[in-house]
Amino acid sequence: MGEFQPRIVVFACNWCSYAGADLAGASRIQYPPTTRVIRVMCSGRVTPGFILEAFHLGADGVLVTGCHPGDCHYISGNESAVVTVDKTARLLKLLGLEVERLRLEWISAAEGARFARLMTEFTEQVRQLGPTPLGNRGTGGEA
Amino acid sequence: MDTARVGVFVCHCGSNIAGHVDVEAVAEYSRTLPGVVFVQRNLYSCSDGGLREIKAAVASERLDRVVVAACTPRTHEPLFQEACREADLNPYLLEFVNIRDQCSWVHMKEPEAATQKAKDLVRMGVAKARLLEPLDEQEVPVEPAALVIGGGIIGMTAALNLANRGFPVKLVEREPELGGMMLRLHMLYPTREDALKVVQERIAEVRRHDSIEVFTSSVVSSVKGFVGNYDVMIEEVGHGEAGGAETPDDPGRCGDAPVPRSATAGAIIVATGTNVLQPDGMHGYDGKRVITQLELEERFRTNRLDVGRVVMIQCVGARCAERPYCSRICCTTAIKNAMEIKRCCPGAEVYILYRDAETQGTRYEAYYTQAREAGVQFVRYDVERPPEVLEERVLVYDEMLGARLSIPCDMVVLSTPLVAAEGAHELAQTLKVPVDEHGFFLEAHVKLRPLDFATDGIYVAGTARWPGHLEETVAQAYGAAARAATILSKEHVRSSGIVARVSEHLCRGCGRCVEVCEFGAPSLEETSSGVKVAHVNMVMCKGCGVCASVCPTGAMQARHFTDEQVTAMVRAALEPALPSFAVGDRS
Repeated sequence: MGEFQPRIVVFACNWCSYAGADLAGASRIQYPPTTRVIRVMCSGRVTPGFILEAFHLGADGVLVTGCHPGDCHYISGNESAVVTVDKTARLLKLLGLEVERLRLEWISAAEGARFARLMTEFTEQVRQLGPTPLGNRGTGGEA
Repeated sequence: MDTARVGVFVCHCGSNIAGHVDVEAVAEYSRTLPGVVFVQRNLYSCSDGGLREIKAAVASERLDRVVVAACTPRTHEPLFQEACREADLNPYLLEFVNIRDQCSWVHMKEPEAATQKAKDLVRMGVAKARLLEPLDEQEVPVEPAALVIGGGIIGMTAALNLANRGFPVKLVEREPELGGMMLRLHMLYPTREDALKVVQERIAEVRRHDSIEVFTSSVVSSVKGFVGNYDVMIEEVGHGEAGGAETPDDPGRCGDAPVPRSATAGAIIVATGTNVLQPDGMHGYDGKRVITQLELEERFRTNRLDVGRVVMIQCVGARCAERPYCSRICCTTAIKNAMEIKRCCPGAEVYILYRDAETQGTRYEAYYTQAREAGVQFVRYDVERPPEVLEERVLVYDEMLGARLSIPCDMVVLSTPLVAAEGAHELAQTLKVPVDEHGFFLEAHVKLRPLDFATDGIYVAGTARWPGHLEETVAQAYGAAARAATILSKEHVRSSGIVARVSEHLCRGCGRCVEVCEFGAPSLEETSSGVKVAHVNMVMCKGCGVCASVCPTGAMQARHFTDEQVTAMVRAALEPALPSFAVGDRS
C-alpha cells in the first residue's frame, strides 16, 4: 500500500496566490501532486457553498488562498474570505468534520516558495488527519 | 444537457510541458470528456502556427468553446482570447488550463502523477467551459494624460518622453526638489560625467516643459478607477518647506493649508527609486571615518578629500540571509570611487575587499582592469571570515594569498546594497500592485512583461523594480513611457466583461451587495412596480465577485466565475471518486 494521497481543492485568487503558484512553477519548486487549483478573481469570491460542495464530494482538504491583508487587489475581498472561511469552519464542526481540513492562507505574487511550502505542509496536515470521514462520494459514483 | 462543442488544445510548450507530462495521453483523455468534439496537440499553441490551427479548428469544427491547456492565463490568456475574437468567437468562451506552472514544472520527478493532474485540470476546465457565456465589453474613453510617481532621473525621463509625445503629465515627487538619488552622486561611471550637471539639465527640461505639472513634497494618497481612467489624489507631505502644485511660472507655493489635488490619468508609471542601506552597527560604521559609498560621493562633491589609505568593503549587509540579492551596482561604484580617490589624492592607496567582483559586460570588465592598472588593490575575502575594522587598520584574511593582512587606513568605505525606497510598500497598497520579498515592485512577468504590472495601465521603471545601472534604468524609463503611450494613444479601452450581473427576479433588494462593494458598482434602484432591486454599473465593477458571494438569494452573479461554473470545477476536480485523482493507493 502506498502513502495516502489526499485530494485537496485549492481556491487561488487571480492577483496574488495564483501568481504565487506560477512563480513556484517558474522557479521549478517541487511540491506534492495532491492539489487541484481553481482560479477565482478574488478569495472573497469563494462561498461556503463551494467549500461544502468540495467536502461533500469527498475532498480531504480545502485551502483558500488570497492576497495578504492590505494587499487585496479589490481592497477588502480577502477580509470577506476570512468571514467565509470562519463561518464554513463552524459548519464543518457541526457536521463532525475536522476543521483542520479547511485552511485560509495568504500568498503574494512574490511568494512562489511559500505557495509550494503551503501545498506540502497542508498535504502533510491532511495526511495526518487521514481520508475524509465523509467518504469518497465523487459525482459519477453511486455513493 | 448543453450542446456545447468544446475544442481542447494541449500545448507541448516544447519540452516544458511534454518533458514531464504525457501530453498525448492528456489529449486522448480529453476526447472522452463530455462536450469535447475536437482535440489537438500543438508544439507551441501560442506560436503563429498554433494560433492559426486554433482559428481554423473553430471554423471547421464549428467549435463554440475553446479550452487551451498550456501555461498561465496571467501571461497568455489575452493572446488566445484575441485568436477567438479573430475566429468570430466571443473571447470569454475560452477557458485556460495551466498544465505547465501547476504540473510539469512542479512535479518534474513524478511524470505519472503530473499527467494525471493535467488530465484532472483539463476535465475541470472543460466542465467550466461548457457553462461559459459570451460576455460584452464596454468601450470606455481614455484620459490621455499620465501620472508619473517619482521625480528622480527615471521619473523625469519617462515624464519628458510622454510629454514630448503630446501627453500631459503630472509628476509627483515626495522630496522638496526633483532629482532623487542623482543629486547626491559625484561622477557617473564609466564616462566621468558630473552627475549633478546631468540631473540638473534634466530638471530644467522638465521645468520648462508646458505639458508637465510638477508636484514636489507630495505623494499619491489614493488611486481609484481602471486602465485609461485612474482617479488619483495627490497630497502634500510635510518637509517644512513650500511644496505642492507647481507650474513653471509659479515654482513653489506656501501659505494655505495643503488641499489634496485630484487628477485623472489614463496610465501610471512608478519610478520611486531606491534607498541605500544605512549600515548601522556594521563594521564600526560612524558616518565619519567609516562611511558608505554614497557618503563618500557627497564628500567628493562638498569637501576636498585628503586621504592616504582607504579600505573599501564590498557586500556589507548584502548577499546575506536577510538580503540574499546582489545589488549589482556596488562593485562598479567602488571601482569608480577608488579611481576618483586616486585622482584627487594621487599618493593614496585604495584597497577593495570583495567577495566576488561583479563587473559584467565588456565595458565594466575593462573598467575593473583599468582600476588594477591604476594601482587599486583587490583583496578577496570569504563570507565566513569577514574583514574586521579596528581603530586605524582593517584586518582581513586574503583568500588568494591564504594569509591574514593588516591594512592601516584612515578611512573605511562600506558598499551597502540598494534597498526598497521608503514608502514603497504603502504606495504598492495604494496602487494595488505587488512588491517582492525585499520590498521592490514586482512586474507582471520577468521576461514577457518586465515593465508592466499585472494591473493594466500601471508600469514600473528603474530601481523601484530592482537595482540597476543608470544606462539600464534610463532605458526602462523610455520603455515604461512607451508602454504607457500604448494606452494613452488609444481613444477607447475595453473594460473587462468579467463583471457582476443581477437577475432582477431573484433580487429582493436587501442591499448586501451595495454594502460590500468597495467600488460603488451596485446600487439599489426602484423598478416601475416600486420594488427595489440591485443594479450594477458595469464600468465601475471590477469583477471580484464578492457581491455574488454575499448575495443571499443568488440574484447577484459574478460573470465568468458564476456559482454554477465554479461548482462545476469543484465537482470535476473530485470526479471520478477514487482512482484517478492521484497516482498511488489511498490507504
